[in-house]
Amino acid sequence: MRAAPAAARRWRPPPLIANPWLRIAVLAGAALYLVLALGTVEVNWARLSDGWARGLRFVSGFLEPNFSRRWDDILQGMIESLSMTVTSTVVGIAISVPIGIGAARNLVPRPVYLLCRAIIAVSRSLQEIIVAILLVAMVGFGPFAGFLTLSFATIGFLSKLLAEDIEDIDPAPVEAIRATGTPWPSLIAFGVLPQVAPRLLGLSLYRLDINFRESAVVGIVGAGGIGATLNTAIDRYEFDSAAAILILIIAIVMASEYVSGLVRGWAK
Amino acid sequence: MLTIAGLSKRYAKGDKALDDVSLGVPAGQVVGLIGPSGAGKSTLIRCVNRLVEPTSGSIRLGDTEITRLGGAGLRRARRRMGMIFQEYALVERLTVMENVLSGRLGYVGFWRAFLRRFPQADIDRAFAVLDRVGLLDHVDKRADQLSGGQRQRVGIARALVQEPDILLVDEPTASLDPKTSRQIMRLIVEVCAERQLAAIVNIHDVALAQMFVQRIIGLRAGRVVFDGPPEALDTDALTTIYGEEDWSRTIREAHDDAANEAAAQETVRALRAQTKPPTVARAL
Repeated sequence: MRAAPAAARRWRPPPLIANPWLRIAVLAGAALYLVLALGTVEVNWARLSDGWARGLRFVSGFLEPNFSRRWDDILQGMIESLSMTVTSTVVGIAISVPIGIGAARNLVPRPVYLLCRAIIAVSRSLQEIIVAILLVAMVGFGPFAGFLTLSFATIGFLSKLLAEDIEDIDPAPVEAIRATGTPWPSLIAFGVLPQVAPRLLGLSLYRLDINFRESAVVGIVGAGGIGATLNTAIDRYEFDSAAAILILIIAIVMASEYVSGLVRGWAK
Repeated sequence: MLTIAGLSKRYAKGDKALDDVSLGVPAGQVVGLIGPSGAGKSTLIRCVNRLVEPTSGSIRLGDTEITRLGGAGLRRARRRMGMIFQEYALVERLTVMENVLSGRLGYVGFWRAFLRRFPQADIDRAFAVLDRVGLLDHVDKRADQLSGGQRQRVGIARALVQEPDILLVDEPTASLDPKTSRQIMRLIVEVCAERQLAAIVNIHDVALAQMFVQRIIGLRAGRVVFDGPPEALDTDALTTIYGEEDWSRTIREAHDDAANEAAAQETVRALRAQTKPPTVARAL
């Protein structure tokens, strides 16, 4: 015979902040700040309604994209953008892999780790546009500045994510291969790279995609590519040409998304 | 072949994993190292190939003083020591052949390794050991497509292809079913006999150890508390190693198992066919 429970015992998940007064103060403070912050952005309904009309004109321009008027410019911009994308991705990956390995805590001595992490931090803290402005000032207008910008940005992105993936690998096979008397470079080639290969491939394809989209953005500040063409079209109020360019960009990004999905599935 | 003298290991946290351990293993002898979890079995075999740095003491492999080696010298010494792991420690995404050839990485340069262009002599060695462990049909399969027993055979092949002088074996059967465990233990003992390899086998399963090894060393709290032939391992010895417990059934079953094992081997040899597998009285 089982004895009846004396009393139903209550249970609630423990709150994130144990002190109830502190909990209420934090919530109330956050709500108050949100209200005050909204007050400072000067929501202007008149400007929004004016902008609405301009926006509609912009969108209506897009309903009839014009590929032919600026076709030569568009073609040249696209070729520049694509070559900028491919070269910067390849160069970026080539530099990122060693830096990513160096930034993995479980593989290298502390000074190397700190150096590689510092390189990544510098690359990540500078947004593409800012780097592009700097590089256009340094090497002049054109796709070379864009190539340098995107290579630089790729390093921060790919090295960081690769390093984190390397830190998560299964250490057992690495220990086993080390125990056979394998020198460090071969240990990386046999024990580490195969474990991160699918992720590296996926990240590289994703970065190719990002670099193409970014090539359109850095073009606006003078670093060549389709962005320069797009900027010119918008400056001249040629929304139909701008629409044509945007449609091409979207089509290429979607195509690359589809292809990278295929490749990743095949390389599991 | 292997001589350990006064070996101690103290971890940074302060607990002493090994305390003045001394033992010698001649060529061709398979030693079973038993003891409770945390007794220092794993630390001991990892000190031999310096995956763990010993605090004090001496380890000699042949004429080489392992504890004084650094860099290239240590790598050369490790080439002579094959290691086999509990969870196989294979690179799952590489093929069986690549995993086996990783046992030769101490001998080939980086670009050969990176491009998988191994010398023909190494490939011949790899095929020979794969034949020995019975995996010739799975050469180009990825390691993650194999069963546990097959994976451990790859692990054994990787150690053998080094052409080592000694095998360091860390819980080879802990992830395997009882029948596969015996097959793997038998394979390890046989290849050691064929190649005159010394071996230290960490093992939790006392009965399995008694069945296969020629000598048992009991470790408790980092100290050697038993060293003798498997027959000498009685209930008193097990109490010394593991602490108070009713050991009588473990021992008796062990002997029954050994008899079963011998009988089963006979049957298999006689019939050369799949017969009823040896009955395992009870998992220990």
